[in-house]
Amino acid sequence: MASITLDGLAHAYRPDPRGPQDYALKEINHVWRQGGAYALLGPSGCGKTTLLNIISGLVVPTRGKILFDDRDVTHLPTEARNIAQVFQFPVVYDTMTVRENLAFPLKNRRMPREEIARRVEEIASRLDMSAVLDRKAANLTADAKQKISLGRGLVREDVAAILFDEPLTVIDPHLKWQLRSTLKELHRTLDLTMIYVTHDQTEALTFADTVVVMHDGGVVQTGTPEELFERPAHTFVGHFIGSPGMNVLPARVEGRRALIGDVAIELARAYPALPAGETIELGVRPEFATLAPAGTGVPVAVKRIDDIGRARIARVEIAGQPAAAMVPEGLALNGDEAGLRLDPRQIHIYAGGVLVPGEATNREGAS
Amino acid sequence: MDKPLNNRAWWLVAPVFLIVAFSAIVPIMTVVNYSVQDTFGNNQFFWNGLGWFQELLDPSTELGGRFFDALWRNLMFSAIILAIEVPLGILVALSMPREGWKVAATLVVMALPLLIPWNVVGTIWQVFARADIGLAGWGLNALGIPYNFTGDPLAAWITIVVMDVWHWTSLVALLCYAGLKSIPDAYYQAARIDGASRWAIFTTIQLPKMNRVLLIAVLLRFMDSFMIYTEPFVLTGGGPGNATTFLSIDLVKLALGQFDLGKAAAMSLVYNLIVLAVCWVFYTVMTHAGSERPQREIAG
Repeated sequence: MASITLDGLAHAYRPDPRGPQDYALKEINHVWRQGGAYALLGPSGCGKTTLLNIISGLVVPTRGKILFDDRDVTHLPTEARNIAQVFQFPVVYDTMTVRENLAFPLKNRRMPREEIARRVEEIASRLDMSAVLDRKAANLTADAKQKISLGRGLVREDVAAILFDEPLTVIDPHLKWQLRSTLKELHRTLDLTMIYVTHDQTEALTFADTVVVMHDGGVVQTGTPEELFERPAHTFVGHFIGSPGMNVLPARVEGRRALIGDVAIELARAYPALPAGETIELGVRPEFATLAPAGTGVPVAVKRIDDIGRARIARVEIAGQPAAAMVPEGLALNGDEAGLRLDPRQIHIYAGGVLVPGEATNREGAS
Repeated sequence: MDKPLNNRAWWLVAPVFLIVAFSAIVPIMTVVNYSVQDTFGNNQFFWNGLGWFQELLDPSTELGGRFFDALWRNLMFSAIILAIEVPLGILVALSMPREGWKVAATLVVMALPLLIPWNVVGTIWQVFARADIGLAGWGLNALGIPYNFTGDPLAAWITIVVMDVWHWTSLVALLCYAGLKSIPDAYYQAARIDGASRWAIFTTIQLPKMNRVLLIAVLLRFMDSFMIYTEPFVLTGGGPGNATTFLSIDLVKLALGQFDLGKAAAMSLVYNLIVLAVCWVFYTVMTHAGSERPQREIAG
């Protein structure tokens, strides 16, 4: 049906943007494949809603083009695009019944009456709403209303992509899972592109095949949840994804060793071409740093141990720099001296916040 | 939970009772007192029972006749100005700017008529509409349209209606504007995505979201127009003949012009009851609007 291509897209809300600081959305090139489940993840104010509104046609970008397959839709109005959108707060037409709500987009497009009735019944049964079709939409709960909003997109056969703008914000926590699995199921059965905007990493990682992480108006990384976890392309991704986030420690690199203060850490790769003048940082996820008895691995000072239910997290200091590490089952500590075992392949080096690939040495093989 | 019964708590509401007694109950009781008596002056009063009320509610008597005439005029007037001001107010609200400096400018201009004292409004229009020197009156006649609101009942009615529309449409528009402003953008965006026409957006989003403020606007405008006194009193004095004699004007004629205190008291009580009844109907409608039937919430 349609893949969506963003070609050099940028947007500024000011009419005369001068520098990059005026852009709410910095230049972005991306292709949303037909049928993909995407999440746009980022903190509030990072430009993700702007991007969504550009795709749906509610905002016209300052620069760049947006293509549906090969058709340039940059200046087409919303109603002329094959797009549906579900908003943060459920939008239903209060005076109408659920059935009338679902029929509304089709009625506006002058579809024959029998055809409308057939589509509405079909979508209602997919959403488990057949029983409430003749209820007033205004009297339903927030999650039911959100399903109606979604249903108004689904009834249209021409819809190529459905955009979700933090759709679970006002839904009760215990219903969030339910609604999200309904979404996943719909995505599997219908061949639809879904783009899901959220600032909640759990929502993004469980919903999407591909997560686009945005920060400060730009895309910092696009990848599968696994990639984001194992190879964060930017320290921001490291911080933002994972709980607790990645340990990022200022370091110096000498050959195959990184020095934090005067503590040396073994690296799996060499970094001969680190840019001078940039801050060099070492990143390692707490999941790949395990606390051990004093004398093994990197010496650390243990400050506190938090029990987060499924695991215990130690707050430690490496040469005075705070970090988090996993506490293995049955570890006995004497005093606050301990060691830290790090998985060398999961240690990343960042220059100015950006991941440096490094060179695999013959001993280690390609990574 | 058991609550201790303590009748001393009544003392806490005593001040309110006292204030209400002096502000409402005592004055009303004096009116009730007058309404069952007749007077020939000299502060001499005679018991008349429910005589005035019987006469008032019987259109074949002189008193009843003028009461019902004035009542119909009142209802007619309210109906006409509501039929004009409500749609016009909505239209104005819809075309008001949503953001920028124009908002403040528009709001100030809209509020101006509301800030003018009522008798001044009457005076302004009295001068404005005069056939000899008034801009509107003279202008209409110069254009060949015979217009004289002091002689022609229809002209008098049109003048009063136009004056009221000029004076009060702003209020309806401002209330509607507030209602419109409270609609989140997502509704308009969703409607665009659903391919709704301008008219469909109005009937399915804007009107339903405005119905609360519209009810308030209708209530306020109905009560105000039903009790209108100052403006027509200044403009036409109730004339020509009795063409624009509304209940309030008639009441003043009866009480202060003819000093028929008994009749006037009976009339004002019935007038008051009508106002209260309408208020109650509006209140009931308003508090039940939106909630429809109380239904259990059902997850879909």
